[in-house]
Amino acid sequence: MALLEVNNLHLSFGGLQVLHDVSFSVEKGEIYAIIGPNGAGKTSILNCLGGFYHQQKGEIAFAGDDISHISPDRRAASGLARTFQNIALFRGMTVLDNIKLGSHVHLKTGLLGAAFYWGGAHREEMKLRDEIEDEIIDFLEIEHIRKQPVSTLPYGLQKRVELARALAMRPQILLMDEPVAGMNAEETEDMVRFILDIQEERDLTIIIIEHDMRMIMDISDRIMVLNFGRKIAEGSPLEVQRHPEVIRAYLGTKK
Amino acid sequence: MEFFLLLLTSGIAVGGVYALIALGFVLIYKATSIINFATGEFMMIGAYIFYTCSVLVGMPAIPSFIVVMAGAGLLGLLVERTILRHMLGQPTISIVMVTIGLSSILTGVAEMIWTSDFKSFPPLFPRAPIIVGDLIIRSNLFWGFVVAMTTVAIFALIFKYAKVGVAMRATAGDQMASFSMGINVRSMFTLAWIFGAIAASIGGLIIGNIGGVQPNLGGIGLKIFPVVILGGLDSIGGAVLGGFIVGIVENLAGGYLDPLVGGGAKNVAPFVVLVLILMVRPYGLFGRKEIERL
Amino acid sequence: MRIGDYKESYAADEAVFVTSTSRFWLGVLFVMLAIFPFMAGEYLLYMANITGIAIVAALGLNILTGAAGQISLGHAAFVGIGAYTAAVLTNRFGLSLIVCLPLAGLVSAFFGVLVGAPSMRMKGLYLCITTLAAQVIFEFFFVHWESLTGGIRGLNIEPPTIFGLDVGSEFGFYWVTLVVVVIAATMSRNIFRTRVGRAFIAIRDRDISAELMGINLFRYKLYAFAVSSFLAGVAGCLWVNHLKSITPEHFPLHESIRYLAMIIVGGLGNILGAIYGAIFMTLIPEVLQTILKFFEGYFPQAMAYLYPLQTVVFGLLIVLFLVFEPHGLAEMWCRVKAYFRLWPFKH
Repeated sequence: MALLEVNNLHLSFGGLQVLHDVSFSVEKGEIYAIIGPNGAGKTSILNCLGGFYHQQKGEIAFAGDDISHISPDRRAASGLARTFQNIALFRGMTVLDNIKLGSHVHLKTGLLGAAFYWGGAHREEMKLRDEIEDEIIDFLEIEHIRKQPVSTLPYGLQKRVELARALAMRPQILLMDEPVAGMNAEETEDMVRFILDIQEERDLTIIIIEHDMRMIMDISDRIMVLNFGRKIAEGSPLEVQRHPEVIRAYLGTKK
Repeated sequence: MEFFLLLLTSGIAVGGVYALIALGFVLIYKATSIINFATGEFMMIGAYIFYTCSVLVGMPAIPSFIVVMAGAGLLGLLVERTILRHMLGQPTISIVMVTIGLSSILTGVAEMIWTSDFKSFPPLFPRAPIIVGDLIIRSNLFWGFVVAMTTVAIFALIFKYAKVGVAMRATAGDQMASFSMGINVRSMFTLAWIFGAIAASIGGLIIGNIGGVQPNLGGIGLKIFPVVILGGLDSIGGAVLGGFIVGIVENLAGGYLDPLVGGGAKNVAPFVVLVLILMVRPYGLFGRKEIERL
Repeated sequence: MRIGDYKESYAADEAVFVTSTSRFWLGVLFVMLAIFPFMAGEYLLYMANITGIAIVAALGLNILTGAAGQISLGHAAFVGIGAYTAAVLTNRFGLSLIVCLPLAGLVSAFFGVLVGAPSMRMKGLYLCITTLAAQVIFEFFFVHWESLTGGIRGLNIEPPTIFGLDVGSEFGFYWVTLVVVVIAATMSRNIFRTRVGRAFIAIRDRDISAELMGINLFRYKLYAFAVSSFLAGVAGCLWVNHLKSITPEHFPLHESIRYLAMIIVGGLGNILGAIYGAIFMTLIPEVLQTILKFFEGYFPQAMAYLYPLQTVVFGLLIVLFLVFEPHGLAEMWCRVKAYFRLWPFKH
């Protein structure tokens, strides 16, 4: 059984049909890419998966459970993490606090426990700090900026902090919306290395949206191509590149 | 029944004036998305300018009226240029608080200039009450309603048809697009503040004519919040309807409930209605939920 | 000069008072706070007490508005609810101050949650107007529920005692205020060391992505309302035990705005800021009065301008801070400290 199963997704805003009968499934441990021209509905798929948009028709099953109707915060708790196209870090917090926030659903401290910090809350926070330092901050090489407010960081580093925050959610599936958009070659290379390491070492499933075709063809196991809200092709990078519909969608028709 | 009709008519009359003051809020909110908590103080300053011209200087009513509009416009311009322009892009709390701070400054300054004593206007309208069938309406209330509705109509027409009004609406709809179409967005902001201040000041003049003026007259400005929330924050038509609803609710509550609870129902009723409506429709009667994007 | 930032464990890095220097100054502060009442007269003690009460209330509002980003125009009403609760519990049930403090907080928190409940479906300005409505409606009840609140004449209570000790004097009450302020500030700080505080800030900064990170927005907004009005209620209990009387006039909209002004002038979302702001905004009217008294010799009518001048200065402070120093006194203080940290070397 596939880890994520999406069936017949329909989404429209008023009269605007954004997604039309999109189905796909993602296997555990895969890097699954969604590509397509601007406005094809790629980000809308992630928004439906995360629960921010509500599809009119269709089901989303995650690890065998239907999650179509549960709230965004509970989907996050069940193991869906997300990075955003336009960085969505919490600007008023430090890098460390942003990452800690990612662990929110795995912590237990309640309101009273927080007010009387000593004891349970303290232990939990110390354990969290150790884990984050070992598993995330070292791994993503951001030790030097951990105490900085995120708003002061350059773009490439902000993207990396966003990835760190998503990892702190300890997800089963990581949804990445244009992780290398706007990055220079060196930053892109770093990010690709991190993505591959994550998949390999943590057995994570990754769904990725990206316009950088070279990168997508390099790292993806399978690719889905969207155009005007419809799925027009799916397959390995090689298959997709040769698919006539895809060539038409990207290059236009030759007459 | 007669009592009910009496409350209803005075409710409508007062509601018309609330609509005008709310218009002063809406004009600014529509163009700049700024929530002006000082609307009531603009109103109060307008009333004082009229008092100064007509009583202290001894000018006739019409020229005094023109001075009020000019003075209020100038106040709007100054406020926008010196304070609000620095607040573009700041979080809501900062903008709310800056206008609250402004209202405090205006109240204090008014008290320094005109003291805290009550001032009343010379009679502006014929004293004789207006009689329709069995109903008797106080003349100040009636004429106040007429002036308020006329002003609202003029502003609505400007907004709908005049070139500057169309440009303001465009700015409200999409700042970037308007900018690229050659509309001077900044001067539209200034203009919105000038218009807003003028609308509020005329409202203040009417209220002052009915009940006199005092530095804390601006407190009436709080009533525009039920009005604009009921009517939708950015709709002129909504402000008018909201004004009538609040005027009527408050007069009916004052007439029927005040004797039961020992007063105060008149002021609290619009806010109770407001809470009830927001519970059912969280974005007001006519407000739309904004589509949010990530 | 004091430089360097060297720690051996993450636990040390997470501590609140990190360096020995900051621990030293904290110690000095406590010694000064302990000596103060023996040196100060009635008036200074009175000022210290009302400042302390303002700090507790401001800490509460700072959590709701400063950290969680939900603007409240009804904070004074919650202080009022706490004050009336304490007065009724003391007068009718003879409960002592120490029991009244948490109970007043809890009753206030209950109403806070009630007012916060609509935050499930609305936000921003609409919620802000709901809190304005709450302020108006609660004020109505303070005035008109005469059997409980004594109407416009209000309620009087006996001087409070704790374990048989009379704390009704300014001197005695100073210790009560001090202990409550220290507990309230510590608890506020604690909240921001855990996931609860981080969730508040996340909701303020980007509520949508906070939800996608697994934060239940509604629950945490209610938490913020609850904590904030709990502290307001505690402040109200202190208030009534300090003044020994309350009337509805003590809790108008203007008082709510004053609390907002405190956290803005101090620095939004900053615990030290709330404390600085409460001190600053409580002292300003007194400073103005002193200045006008000085000028009275030259302009006999100077005192007549006291009230309007206070109103103008109050408004001016809000506007000037927002335009020129949006992060408030806390940020200014940080700059001063940073300057002296490297002093006498300039960078």
